[in-house]
Amino acid sequence: MKLTEEMLKALPDARGHFGAYGGRFVSETLFDSLLTLEREYKRLKDDPEFQAEFDRDLAHYVGRPSPLYFAERLTRETGGAQIWLKREDLNHTGAHKVNNTIGQALLARFLGKKRVIAETGAGQHGVATATVCARLGLECHIFMGEEDIRRQSPNVYRMKLLGAEVHSVTSGTRTLKDAMNDAMRDWVANVDETFYIIGTVAGPHPYPLLVRDFQSVIGRETREQCLDRTGKLPDALVACVGGGSNAIGMFYPFLTDESVELYGVEAGGLGIDTGQHAAPLCAGRPGVLHGNRTYLMEDENGQIAGTHSVSAGLDYPGVGPEHSWLKDIGRAHYVSVTDDEALDGFRKLTRVEGIMPALETAHAVAYAIKLAATMDKDKVVVINISGRGDKDMQTIAEIDGIEV
Amino acid sequence: MSRIEGVLKSLKGQGRKALIPYITAGDPHPDLTVDLMHTLVDAGADIIELGVPFSDPMADGPVIQHACERALKHGTSLRQVLAMVKSFREKDDATPVVLMGYLNPMEAMGQEKFADAAVDAGVDGILTVDLPPEEADEVAPLFTERNLDAIFLLAPTTTDDRIRAISEHSSGYVYYVSFKGVTGAGKIDVDEVAAKVAHIHELTALPVAVGFGIRDAATAAAVGRVSDGVIVGSVLVDTIARNQADPDQLKRALSDLLHPMREALDSLAS
Ligand SMILES: Cc1ncc(COP(=O)(O)O)c(C=O)c1O
Repeated sequence: MKLTEEMLKALPDARGHFGAYGGRFVSETLFDSLLTLEREYKRLKDDPEFQAEFDRDLAHYVGRPSPLYFAERLTRETGGAQIWLKREDLNHTGAHKVNNTIGQALLARFLGKKRVIAETGAGQHGVATATVCARLGLECHIFMGEEDIRRQSPNVYRMKLLGAEVHSVTSGTRTLKDAMNDAMRDWVANVDETFYIIGTVAGPHPYPLLVRDFQSVIGRETREQCLDRTGKLPDALVACVGGGSNAIGMFYPFLTDESVELYGVEAGGLGIDTGQHAAPLCAGRPGVLHGNRTYLMEDENGQIAGTHSVSAGLDYPGVGPEHSWLKDIGRAHYVSVTDDEALDGFRKLTRVEGIMPALETAHAVAYAIKLAATMDKDKVVVINISGRGDKDMQTIAEIDGIEV
Repeated sequence: MSRIEGVLKSLKGQGRKALIPYITAGDPHPDLTVDLMHTLVDAGADIIELGVPFSDPMADGPVIQHACERALKHGTSLRQVLAMVKSFREKDDATPVVLMGYLNPMEAMGQEKFADAAVDAGVDGILTVDLPPEEADEVAPLFTERNLDAIFLLAPTTTDDRIRAISEHSSGYVYYVSFKGVTGAGKIDVDEVAAKVAHIHELTALPVAVGFGIRDAATAAAVGRVSDGVIVGSVLVDTIARNQADPDQLKRALSDLLHPMREALDSLAS
């Protein structure tokens, strides 16, 4: 299907649907808050004052635009297409997540909410949320699975230093999915005074819309920088997909450019055929979780399946509804790489370019290297380097059997 | 007239209020659920809300979360829940049963197949916590065609426009969630509930049952006075958790809990 600006403008529709996906599947208590948020966001989206403040913060607080870097040595060693890196790892707080938290915290302020909650997996969204709350003087509560607290401990300490309260989630699989459940439960109980800053393009409408809008700065900059530096549009974009926010942010401004191939890389864990993975687009089916209809990992009875990934930020059984739509219409390709391949990608980028990616990002790196190797030398592949790997030292050291 | 409508009409005729207990199917064990349902009826239940366990019960507090975990540990599936209702119907043809749960297990079965199976099992109503009427346009007709009541939630945050719209999509009764929070949080404010329920009664002719925060005879009576019925959940499920090792003691404990609520509600009868 050839996408046009017109078609994109019509999505999501009035009920928050991207084709068969998305929507607002929440308990009644939250419904009015979602309607209010949607209404206010629609108003503020076109408010020059709001946009100017958002742009100013991205420039002077986050440090945008982030560079588009030509990975010359990696390109040479790979022996195929040129590999370029969009450096979201250089943002303040070390990942793309902050683009979204700046935007949503501004919304919270415009709505007069004094208390902020968020879920986090890898802790990057938690850190980015705690950061903007510190800056705006908002009370901040972060929900994080017990298992993720263990494997991402540096980020837990960062959040606490920033003044956030970190709530350990011990229900279910004790990872991102359960953190999101508990954040929703808190929200229902404190809906009047609380703004829920969701960290990815999932959740009930209007979250997939507003997170995508805030993250689209990645793709807009990439487009301009690529034209400027290479004289043409990229041939392929590669991004990792947990909930899908860094990927949609990168893809969205290119959706109507048919020549640009889009690759979303899911967590293949121990291998798709083992069932131990977090790749709903590659191996799941449509269902409803966390307020939206989308591809999910579930068993034959509709219970949400446990996931596995070496990277906490990809360890999630669902994915943003817009990706489900892009998959069905065939505009984007969704693929997976295993834990081991991702670790190889991590080591490769670290050793060859001196850039240590987050383990989430390492999935995109691993796939992009495979992809670039099959492409001609005059082609351009851009990887979204969604975050930096400092937070993953402990996990890598554990795998290497080293104590740090 | 549906079984639910019939029961609520007849209660109203007698000036009585409905006692609607909730338990999670398969908790503490799938083999016990049908027995527990009969126990609830013997102790005075007018309608039973039977929870379909889900791995991610976002609207529930720890008590019902743990009930879901216990039920799922024994592999309780929607299919099995329907089989339980069918088995319950062998002895009880009168007490309405409402399935309460989350959308995904129903979607996984296929909505039409689920609706057929529900009718076949003798289910009377469906309450899907995460399905607002806005998203129900495909499912709702499947239920209506089969005379299954679609029961929706109203909350303290529901605006008048939505109360009207939701009521229009509902049949049987509407379920008013007494406070902002998850199940089991227990911070019910009876005056606030009274005011809101009276207001809902002005906007719809449907019976209004109130749930969340009803845990004893006193709260049941206070809420019963201003509504058409009360739903009692977490306190029963908590009792199940505490007596799971001994089925006979468990049944006694459930009866001991419900009986005083029944009496308190009936003492309101004019
Ligand atoms: C660096 C990094 N990349 C990617 C992700 C995955 O999220 P998303 O798919 O929403 O970009 C995370 C999530 O924690 C992350 O920290």
